[in-house]
Amino acid sequence: MEELFKTPLYDKQQALNAQNVGFCGWDMPIQYDGIIAEHGYCRNDVALFDTSHMGEFFFKGDIEKSAINSAVSIDIEALPVGKCKYGFLLNDEGGVIDDLIVYKLKVDELMIVVNASRAAIDFKTLSSRIKVGTLDDRSLEFAKLDVQGPKSKFTLEKYFDINLDELKFFSFVQTKIFGQDCLISRTGYTGELGFELYINGDTANKIWDALINDGVKPAGLGARDALRLEMGYSLYGNDLTEEITPLEANLGMFINLKRDYVGRAALSKQKEEGLNRILIPFKTTSRRSARKDFEVYQNDKKIGFVTSAAFSPILNVGIGLAMVDTGEFNEEMPFELKDKRGSIEANKATLPFIEKK
Amino acid sequence: MIKFNEEHEWVKVEDDTAIIGISNYAIKQLGDITFLELPEIDSEIEEGESVAFIESVKAASDIYAPVSGLVTEINEDLLDTPELLNKDAENVWIFKVKLSDVAELDSLLDGDSYAKYVNTL
Repeated sequence: MEELFKTPLYDKQQALNAQNVGFCGWDMPIQYDGIIAEHGYCRNDVALFDTSHMGEFFFKGDIEKSAINSAVSIDIEALPVGKCKYGFLLNDEGGVIDDLIVYKLKVDELMIVVNASRAAIDFKTLSSRIKVGTLDDRSLEFAKLDVQGPKSKFTLEKYFDINLDELKFFSFVQTKIFGQDCLISRTGYTGELGFELYINGDTANKIWDALINDGVKPAGLGARDALRLEMGYSLYGNDLTEEITPLEANLGMFINLKRDYVGRAALSKQKEEGLNRILIPFKTTSRRSARKDFEVYQNDKKIGFVTSAAFSPILNVGIGLAMVDTGEFNEEMPFELKDKRGSIEANKATLPFIEKK
Repeated sequence: MIKFNEEHEWVKVEDDTAIIGISNYAIKQLGDITFLELPEIDSEIEEGESVAFIESVKAASDIYAPVSGLVTEINEDLLDTPELLNKDAENVWIFKVKLSDVAELDSLLDGDSYAKYVNTL
């Protein structure tokens, strides 16, 4: 088996009883105290996530001449400096090579944050689509910490000279923490007030120690998955793949069909012809949760498959997303999620599963 | 004395009845337990057969019969509060079986052997 990457915080996490799993080539904590407890820290207080596995690319060059604006679905030219935006790297068929966030550092400088599992293909694809300018993969130089929860601002503000109240949603600043460079953005994958910090490994260790010493609880990928799914946020590899378009993934609100980029023509055509399948949110009628790849049945007919599922500690039921055939699916009727152990009853739900604060 | 099988069930014998649960090790691997399906009372089960299953926030797993016999009791408290298993799994029984073959007990692992086995995983 391939050697897994370790984040700079590996030893500190082991000392806090982290249970690790291999995730996208990285040896990452899935939990510390337990997924339900950690989910609660984030929803009610504040939680600290190590997301150093994420990839960071840096682009420098003339945005217009480089053609990077047609390489991704995000209108980078229109994005103001100091803002970041979520979007997609698509293939010609409109399938998703990756979902990503572009940070406009300067008029001619970008940071592009990608999924660990897709970093290699993303880098190759972006490089091939850029005409001028330089693209550097600096993923291994960067650690990343997500501080998420209603008390995240209170927790972090004493470590920064800047006023975190002035940092609006999907905005960022490049500042200092412990005298070291830190890019902090008001973003996250939990639905709570939260911040993401891009720093080097040494700084990450200092921040980790300081926050743990302040009583902040660490949370792993298990809690992160339940938190993101409660908000209906997509996970690459589950809800988004090269075979699934953003329209099928019900992410049309992140897609502008009026400007041109790779994959746009296919999406326009798909929109015009209508969707054959769409991702729908569901809730089970019990504490049972489905798993990825469970089959969806309605009226004894297979009409789709589960892409993501988890137990929601807030709702006390299973929740998830399933790709269903639009021609077969009756959203008024219950349906069954099946695997070899039998069947779990579910109903269509609306997103987010829990109220946004 | 409690014994274990390699599927992480524990067995405690009282007279001709086996009291069965899941090991602390297995529960720790599964994490927060959310759902438990129990075998049916009066069903005949065979050693090695999947007779129930357990779900956690992380995974779903079969529960295998560590012995053969007739299911005489199930712990119905666990249907509503399966999280009891997260507290002290080796003191929370799941179901009881009237043994049909006492000799099967000989092939189970004692506590030390099970601990050694778990260390190899």
